[in-house]
Amino acid sequence: MENNELIPVYHFCVTHKIELSFIESLQQYGLVETTTIEDQSYFTESQLSAVEKFVRLYYDLDINLEGIEAIGYLLEKLKDIQARNIELQNRLGIYENKKEDLQ
Amino acid sequence: MAFIDYYEILGINKNASADDIKKAYRKLARKHHPDLNPNDKEANKKFQQLNEANEVLSDPEKRKKYDQYGKDWEHADQYEKARQQPGGGNYRSSAGGGQESDFGDDDFSSFFHSMFGGQGGSGGRRQSKYRGQDYNAELKLNLTDAYTTQQQTLTVNGKNVRITIPAGVENGQVIKLKGYGAPGGNGGPAGDLFITFVINNDAKMKRAGNDLFMDTDIDLYAAVLGGETTIETMSGKLKLKVTPGTQNGTQVRLKGKGFPLYKKEGEFGDLFVVFNVKLPVNLTDKQKELFTQLAALK
Repeated sequence: MENNELIPVYHFCVTHKIELSFIESLQQYGLVETTTIEDQSYFTESQLSAVEKFVRLYYDLDINLEGIEAIGYLLEKLKDIQARNIELQNRLGIYENKKEDLQ
Repeated sequence: MAFIDYYEILGINKNASADDIKKAYRKLARKHHPDLNPNDKEANKKFQQLNEANEVLSDPEKRKKYDQYGKDWEHADQYEKARQQPGGGNYRSSAGGGQESDFGDDDFSSFFHSMFGGQGGSGGRRQSKYRGQDYNAELKLNLTDAYTTQQQTLTVNGKNVRITIPAGVENGQVIKLKGYGAPGGNGGPAGDLFITFVINNDAKMKRAGNDLFMDTDIDLYAAVLGGETTIETMSGKLKLKVTPGTQNGTQVRLKGKGFPLYKKEGEFGDLFVVFNVKLPVNLTDKQKELFTQLAALK
């Protein structure tokens, strides 16, 4: 179930000691969606781990926003490929066991 | 306890400047960072080593101690004891300032603990953690166990966690237990616990998704004339009709006799049964004669 509890952007930035403009940039790149309520910006808790990942990539690894955007696409692809790989490995098990039976 | 060469881990020489260390760490961290290497244990391990090396070499005081006592770390302990005598300083009080490190204590090697004590962490933005680190664990199950819903109690960081594993869980499937990761910092939420299921096939049948596959032997006479055979399924014994003229390798599909669908109670995949026709061996003279007669009738 999606968790839609709202996290104030300001509070997040203060806690992580990062600039508010970083979150604004993420929003401009379509990497995070924020909601404004009474002049306060928020993002949903379901986006929290992704935003924290972007913070680590940007501040700890010196990767710029274009790089983060590209990494985001590639990680999604990697996730799909890993899931497909597990599925195929599970299917392959049938034939591998048959081969063992024959030997 | 093996000596760990932090310079080698970062690929730098002993004269490296603070800037060289920072550059080397960032370059390697970009390669091995867990965010960029999901589900890669080796990369995760390597990244922990990099962190440990960076933790020490980027802190002038720690680096000095490491350079001085590195290979003879056991003497460093004696040195520490001497320093902690009345009148002596306490090194640990200056390391980390009681802040939370990026990783749990267990992520540092015993070598690190010997040299620098139990607390990691150095100055900078990353000391203020918002959400705790996620944990990953593997849970081994037998295929026969995965057929039914299971209750299991896991111990995570000294806490007992009772979990329900719905029937039909797949090999490699990951479930998330929210809030069972490392505690958060600054009042933030705890991380999550991700459990990957590793399913060992202890059954005579093979699984592909929700379908099961098995072989069963039938004798020549049942194959030719038809008959019945009993098979052992996951839910018990089942009588199966063998139609006259069944060929070796014939596959029959038993709808709804396969593996349960994950989180879909009462729904099952199919069971595919392959007939292996066993030819009679060690024939008696009478049997040989009858087979000869049959052959002549062809």
